[in-house]
Amino acid sequence: MTFIWAFLIAGTFCALGQIILDNTKLTPGHVTSLFTVLGSLLAFFGIYEKLIELGGGGATGIISNFGYMLYTGALEGFHEMGILGIFSGMLTKSSTAIVGSIIFASIVALIFKPKD
Amino acid sequence: MNKEEYQKLVKKYEPKENKFENVIYAFLIGGVVGFITEGIIVLLMNFFELSRIVAGAWTCLIIIFAASLFTALGFFDNWMTKAKAGLLIPTTGFAHSVSSSALDYKKEGLITGLGANFFKLAGSVILYGILSAFILVIVRVIIGG
Repeated sequence: MTFIWAFLIAGTFCALGQIILDNTKLTPGHVTSLFTVLGSLLAFFGIYEKLIELGGGGATGIISNFGYMLYTGALEGFHEMGILGIFSGMLTKSSTAIVGSIIFASIVALIFKPKD
Repeated sequence: MNKEEYQKLVKKYEPKENKFENVIYAFLIGGVVGFITEGIIVLLMNFFELSRIVAGAWTCLIIIFAASLFTALGFFDNWMTKAKAGLLIPTTGFAHSVSSSALDYKKEGLITGLGANFFKLAGSVILYGILSAFILVIVRVIIGG
């Protein structure tokens, strides 16, 4: 069942993104930023957690999960250390994605030549 | 021929993009990516007896690695144009934007090229993600979380 929800949730987010791309003048950069903000908004209302429970990787595998991780990291930080925790906790969960993309992008940039 | 007539003519011969088809494509490809992501998580959980959170983090790394590698090999750009939002909204879009700007700006030097442009596209995701999360956490704290 999780698999079906994973398909539906990820698919719906992508379809929404495509509708925005096709019907407005927003660029892919706008849309990815928008969906990140949407992720932290859904986390704020407690909806994103439900989506992850339902769809597992379908919800954690999209860019909105980045916003969710930022929000929950900062909130957990606040519960541990107060105001300072918002600053120190914000990136704890999303560190994997950021450092991962920095390391892998650097490695491929060292090894490969750009195709044009 | 005046400007208006010319515009009409341009519109007539412009290839029509089928918006409905685009949305279906994005839905299906995005769905498949979500399905595969969940598949890798379940596989890792069963094979290495990892918790869901640890398996999820490894899956995130695997997908970022795959997207970076495919971008470097050159065929991911084609996929991105065909799949449209189907590959943009998943984590693959983020990884693709970082690795493609790293590859493209390498020739302009390590600092002024690669370093300065590394987060050219992904930077706004990080910036607005952090800003919105910060404001929302402050709101949550004020209304009593």
